[in-house]
Amino acid sequence: MQDVIDRLADTIRAAHPESPLCIRGGASKDFYGNCTPGRDNNLLDTRAYHGIVSYDPTELVVTARAGTRLIDLESELLANRQMLAFDPPHFTESATIGGCIAAGLSGPRRSSAGSVRDFVLGVRMMDGKGDDLHFGGQVMKNVAGYDVSRLMVGSMGTLGLLLEISLKVLPRPSVEMTVTLQMNESDAIERMNHWAGKPLPISATCFYNHTLMLRLSGAEPAVRAAHLKLGGERLEDGDAFWRSVRDQTHPFFQSNQFLWRLSIKSTTPQLSLPGQQLIEWGGSLRWLITDPDLPHEDVRKMSKAAGGHATLFRGCKPSMDAFHPLSPEMMLIHRRLKEKFDPLRILNPGRLFPEL
Amino acid sequence: MQPLELVSELSAFLPTESVLYEGEDLRPYECDGLSAYRQTPMIVVLPQTEDEVIKILQICHRTKTPVVPRGAGTGLSGGALPHESGILLSLAKLKRILELDPASRTARVQPGVRNLAISEAAAPYGLYYAPDPSSQIACSIGGNVAENSGGVHCLKYGLTVHNILELRVITLSGEILEIGGSGLDASGYDLLALMTGSEGMLGIVTEIVVKLIPSAEKAQVVMAAFDDIREAGNAVANVIGAGIIPAGMEMMDRITTRAVEEYVHAGYNLEAAAILLCESDGTVEEVADEVLRIGEIMRQSGAIEIKTSRDESERLRFWAGRKAAFPAAGRVSPDYYCMDGTIPRKSLAFVLTGIERLSSEYGLRCMNVFHAGDGNLHPLILYDANQPGELQKTEEFGAKILEMCIDVGGTITGEHGVGIEKINQMCSQFTRHELEMFHSVKAAFDPSGLLNPGKAIPTLRRCAEHGAMHVHRGEEKFPDLPRF
Ligand SMILES: Cc1cc2nc3c(=O)[nH]c(=O)nc-3n(C[C@H](O)[C@H](O)[C@H](O)COP(=O)(O)OP(=O)(O)OC[C@H]3O[C@@H](n4cnc5c(N)ncnc54)[C@H](O)[C@@H]3O)c2cc1C
Repeated sequence: MQDVIDRLADTIRAAHPESPLCIRGGASKDFYGNCTPGRDNNLLDTRAYHGIVSYDPTELVVTARAGTRLIDLESELLANRQMLAFDPPHFTESATIGGCIAAGLSGPRRSSAGSVRDFVLGVRMMDGKGDDLHFGGQVMKNVAGYDVSRLMVGSMGTLGLLLEISLKVLPRPSVEMTVTLQMNESDAIERMNHWAGKPLPISATCFYNHTLMLRLSGAEPAVRAAHLKLGGERLEDGDAFWRSVRDQTHPFFQSNQFLWRLSIKSTTPQLSLPGQQLIEWGGSLRWLITDPDLPHEDVRKMSKAAGGHATLFRGCKPSMDAFHPLSPEMMLIHRRLKEKFDPLRILNPGRLFPEL
Repeated sequence: MQPLELVSELSAFLPTESVLYEGEDLRPYECDGLSAYRQTPMIVVLPQTEDEVIKILQICHRTKTPVVPRGAGTGLSGGALPHESGILLSLAKLKRILELDPASRTARVQPGVRNLAISEAAAPYGLYYAPDPSSQIACSIGGNVAENSGGVHCLKYGLTVHNILELRVITLSGEILEIGGSGLDASGYDLLALMTGSEGMLGIVTEIVVKLIPSAEKAQVVMAAFDDIREAGNAVANVIGAGIIPAGMEMMDRITTRAVEEYVHAGYNLEAAAILLCESDGTVEEVADEVLRIGEIMRQSGAIEIKTSRDESERLRFWAGRKAAFPAAGRVSPDYYCMDGTIPRKSLAFVLTGIERLSSEYGLRCMNVFHAGDGNLHPLILYDANQPGELQKTEEFGAKILEMCIDVGGTITGEHGVGIEKINQMCSQFTRHELEMFHSVKAAFDPSGLLNPGKAIPTLRRCAEHGAMHVHRGEEKFPDLPRF
């Protein structure tokens, strides 16, 4: 596999700022981030660098090459009754682990188990100069040097090309049960927050269309006891439901309008914005389907006031920013980091912010 | 600038008792928890507000004065060791809990708040702050962020980085950075993760929003004794391998159990080579189920004795010895040196045997008491600083342990940080390009390099001078730098 690395390094070293590289794995998240013109011209395809480097179930650690498909990685884990607990969206079967880390998106289990970056233990990456670098490692705790591996999560390929990623994995819960409860939105927000403050095995929540869905996970007696306490009707194929929310195949997401992702304080009351909403993560994540004409300022302001930020998740056009603008002080730090990691601006320029 | 000029500039907005610059007043700040290294600072300042912090930093920036932040000074790697011609910036007086919101399960606190004080304030709501370093009655949350501190319960509930949502940080030039947010993620690069564990090198943390989690309905601990330390090491891997993530899994070897039993009367098996404390928490039903499974795995792994706590007071008694281990080391030896490597769990038995061997080679006793579930070792090397040469021998022994950790794929520090103590070992763990990248990260936040200079990341020159550089991942390090 060293030959693949060498080729990737050659490509990076040969790249010019006038024809920067677009890093791409399975193209499952091509829609995500700023829409930068001409990005298909110079693709840096990661898929040739694939496969699991090491996996030792009793260590709870897997190391995979960036081009490894998520479904392949997850099926290997499943064979050992383990999982990526942050529950990454796939969107398409072609999704790779490299793209998953670079985009930094987590799924329904995130609110109970933690996010992608919580599970990253180390990375091997190539910076904009083609240097092969290792940060972090394969152990659970490591504070030697700055946490560059977690910095890579969600950086949208603007700081470097991910080569290998070491992740903490977790055992799959022995039993899972999904229940549905009928209620209105403000009650749902109140209930989700109330329950999150109690020792209950709730592993995912979703509110849509007057229905609150709860997933309970854990040992069989614990799940049974929680169901008795919380009530609700059992949903037969719970797994399929959570997958549809995660990969956005659920009917809510089937729309040609804009899809906004608002990540805010969980206790924020019902947001009055035109369009339809679906709530996840105990109230912390609000999806909004709305008219493209709705002023962006309104959405951004409302998210900011709720302690969070808004991403234009689907529907971004070349003139628009997908991600929530940063303060000048924060942008200065971002710009300086970009200058150090990718001095020529040849890796995914503009994909995260026009300045980077 | 002359010290007295600086003092008068600082005194213009700080009360007299918050600017210290005379001999005796400076003494308490000479070292942190790593007392083998000492340095008197030029000036100590103790601001009470964020505004004062900003003004202090602006002065330092303008006068090119180095600044070393300090929380409670319990750090074990010399991260808060003062600079001889610098200002020691103590955050100890910023100690208010600004807001505690039980509904969103968060607390907004100042950096000088003690770790345990947060859980105490949250207790009436059935909530607590999960990371629980053994030093939690004393250490500050700001120090915890700077070190990414962990504790007994981090195996299940995560380290500091997993339990904070938001930071306010002041850069050396006095700018305010608002990092993270009230949601579960933020726009842009993950500076929250980057700041955590950055050892006071990137900015001064002036506010932290931490997550609070619900206290478990029940907790029970299984204590298992082994007559072979390797069997104990393997039992740890077996529990995890069976799909159980205990709330905590700690190991103590015989010299530790014997040192603490006298004081805590925990009922440890003193003939056993090692004991494991394995805690289960959750709902009543979960715990009942898990405790049975853990007991069974311990038996299959060769435990010679297994006890399960019958009630809360017994549970606390089992833990008491673990908590008393550090003070006990202080009683059985004039000095001790605490190491902090992390290794893959499967190498526990191998490394523990290696430490045993080194211990007899160096003729120094070593207590092992550590976070076994995470593979995070804390060998305590017992020595006497008054015996000429013994500290040096101890440091050599410690360095050998760390190199062994690297060799098995581990790291030189799991939670105590690099500080000044492990700066040479950084040359063994990272390549030249990687170290350069770390310096670049530092420069992105602090181009002047005045914040905590000389800590955490060695200069390339230092690495060239440090003899212990070895060939790492097949490449020679710093081939173009002269060897000494
Ligand atoms: C008996 C004992 C047991 C311990 N057990 C554990 C344990 O179980 N787990 C563990 O992880 N650690 C443990 N420690 C180590 C230590 O308690 C932790 O590292 C702790 O987080 C340090 O906090 P502090 O407030 O004392 O920080 P200090 O020692 O004052 O400072 C530590 C570092 O943080 C920087 N710093 C402090 N405050 C700020 C701020 N506001 N902004 C920016 N930088 C800042 C300092 O410059 C320094 O580099 C133990 C220490 C002792 C003495």
